[in-house]
Amino acid sequence: MKHTLSVMVENEPGVLSRVAGLFSGRGFNIESLNVAPTLEKGVSLMTIVARGDDAIIEQIVKQLRKLVPVITVKDFTQVQAVEREMVLVKVNAEDSKRAEILRITDIFRCKVVDVSIDELTIECTGDHGKIKAIVNLLSRFGIKEIARTGNVAMKRAMQID
Amino acid sequence: MELTGAQILLKCLEEEGVDAMFGFPGGAVIDIYDEIPNFSIEHILVRHEQGAIHAADGYARATGKTGVCLVTSGPGATNTVTGIATAYMDSIPVVIFTGQVPSPLIGNDAFQEVDIVGITRPCTKHNYLVQDVRDLARTVKQAFYLARTGRPGPVLVDVPKDLMSQKCEFEYPESISLRSYNPNVKPHIGQIRKLAQLIKKAERPLIYSGGGVISSKSHEELRWLARELRIPVTSTLMGLGAYPGDDEELWLGMLGMHGTYCANMAVNNCDLLLAVGARFDDRVTGKISEFAPHATIVHIDVDPTSIQKNVSVHVPLVADCKSALAALQKEMKSIKGEVNWQRKHEQWLEQIIEWNRLHPLTYIDDEVKIKPQYVVEKIYEITKGDAIVCTEVGQNQMWAAQFYKVKEPNTFLTSGGLGTMGYGFPAAMGAQRAFPDKLVVNIAGDGSIQMNIQEMMTVVCNKLPVKIVILNNGYLGMVRQWQELFYKKNYCATCMDAQPDFVKLAEAYGAAGYRITEKKDVEKVLREAFEVDKPCIVDVRVAQEENVYPMVPAGASLTEMLLV
Repeated sequence: MKHTLSVMVENEPGVLSRVAGLFSGRGFNIESLNVAPTLEKGVSLMTIVARGDDAIIEQIVKQLRKLVPVITVKDFTQVQAVEREMVLVKVNAEDSKRAEILRITDIFRCKVVDVSIDELTIECTGDHGKIKAIVNLLSRFGIKEIARTGNVAMKRAMQID
Repeated sequence: MELTGAQILLKCLEEEGVDAMFGFPGGAVIDIYDEIPNFSIEHILVRHEQGAIHAADGYARATGKTGVCLVTSGPGATNTVTGIATAYMDSIPVVIFTGQVPSPLIGNDAFQEVDIVGITRPCTKHNYLVQDVRDLARTVKQAFYLARTGRPGPVLVDVPKDLMSQKCEFEYPESISLRSYNPNVKPHIGQIRKLAQLIKKAERPLIYSGGGVISSKSHEELRWLARELRIPVTSTLMGLGAYPGDDEELWLGMLGMHGTYCANMAVNNCDLLLAVGARFDDRVTGKISEFAPHATIVHIDVDPTSIQKNVSVHVPLVADCKSALAALQKEMKSIKGEVNWQRKHEQWLEQIIEWNRLHPLTYIDDEVKIKPQYVVEKIYEITKGDAIVCTEVGQNQMWAAQFYKVKEPNTFLTSGGLGTMGYGFPAAMGAQRAFPDKLVVNIAGDGSIQMNIQEMMTVVCNKLPVKIVILNNGYLGMVRQWQELFYKKNYCATCMDAQPDFVKLAEAYGAAGYRITEKKDVEKVLREAFEVDKPCIVDVRVAQEENVYPMVPAGASLTEMLLV
């Protein structure tokens, strides 16, 4: 099962390597990893997506909490959370196909961020499913390049049963 | 007062009450060595950095304090890695100071540069690269705090050379506050009550004690629990000494791969297994799905990652063993009158006597050949169990664990988790430095003693009269045993018949050397060696193909034991 872990860490040298090393050293796989500073000075937030059964994820969470620079670890699988990824897709867009690509872009509420004679670069933000869907749709035009962030997540303020 | 980085480091060690450190100098730490004579800390010069870290580890295990070692950058630092991993696996508090190339050169592949913080990340509890001399004192304080609190472990502090000569105001922090580090040491009282009720109900309870009992100094609480409630005790290799090995009624011996028949059968038949400060290592559990099949398992451990890692636990209790056992003791006292503890486990204890009668821990002695178990028994008899015993790794280690009845905590020093050959001798050196007047005996094999034999010079120079007893069978015995039992006697690369003359080697270093080739001389020569006031090697030529029994083959259930 896929788990999204939100890990608050002290922003100090080597912390990313400590976290990543914990996963690799124990044979756990990271699907995606995002790190950025938070509002609080000296604190960064990592959003890690990992797969594993309950026992593996329990170990990961406990092991993460054991690292000295780790302040908190939350598993968003059990709570309602907003999750977003962003992707930049550079796609073949000759004149005959451009209109359709733009239609898809519109439907997905994406933005065209770069244009040339035969290429479009599209920015899309959304949950994992949406990103997967647009990449899938655009692939038939011929994707030339793709750059993708991992997941970022935040617990919803209101948890609805 | 302004001090240089080197002075600050040594001043911090004084503040931490460090009286001895083990080390080896080099270019990156020469400034520290320049200052050592001006401070009250004794520096013990080893002959190899691995010796330094194991000695610091042995010092820590014997005293319960934090061991310290100091080495230079690059190869000096990497030579400590095996020792750091050894301490990490066995949760031993050690602080390692490594020199680093000057700050401007870091990352430039400078002479003797290595990213030791990166290398040791997976085998330290935490590590630091100090980047500003003003951070040094705080870092050292944190390092000691982390090493000894929660689940103890090694902490490495890497200090660039240029910081050692830079000056700043010295101020040693009084306390440490790390918002991200708050080990849970107090037990949940609801869980303690639940455990008390489980003990009250249990017909066949068993205590499975580990190294955590020793490191948390909770052996008195454990002994109270066992004796007052008449619960038998088994233990891991690391837990030996927490419960007295000479208590013939409640002590079952070690469990697991080379555990006693009685302990393994007790695990298999108990209805309550109280694991304290033990981590269900695969050498202990055998086949996990068949481990303690009839028991409610309770697990007390300060490290939450140890709980539910290997076996499924019914009652988890995250706490320092001492606080948990003290709370349990209080709870049990309050319900003590409700049960006749003297009679409650009578049948269970009778069953244990029966198992012991059926298959006691024993060996087939020989009139002529010297059996290694016999030598260990003699060591126990002569020392009356009052020595600090260290071991190397392999058959010698298992025979020592089986036949030396460890009576007190911190008196049996062995590499349990990592199984580091070459550990015992330098660890003995550290223990002897901590207790100069105690008899310290290293039980060794002829293979493993050669891994750190160079420290003979250190013990001779420092007048540390460590006794090394080599159970010399001319083999890498434990691997040979596996080859015999599971690899059709293909003794590939385990025969060590080309050996140095250990007696002459000892004498060459200025120590005493003895050789025993006849059984009748064992006791006499050991007595003489233990009385001589200098380090010595006793080379005992033991039966070559003796095996360690009982043995549970790897991956088998604990009841599938090969017996003598």
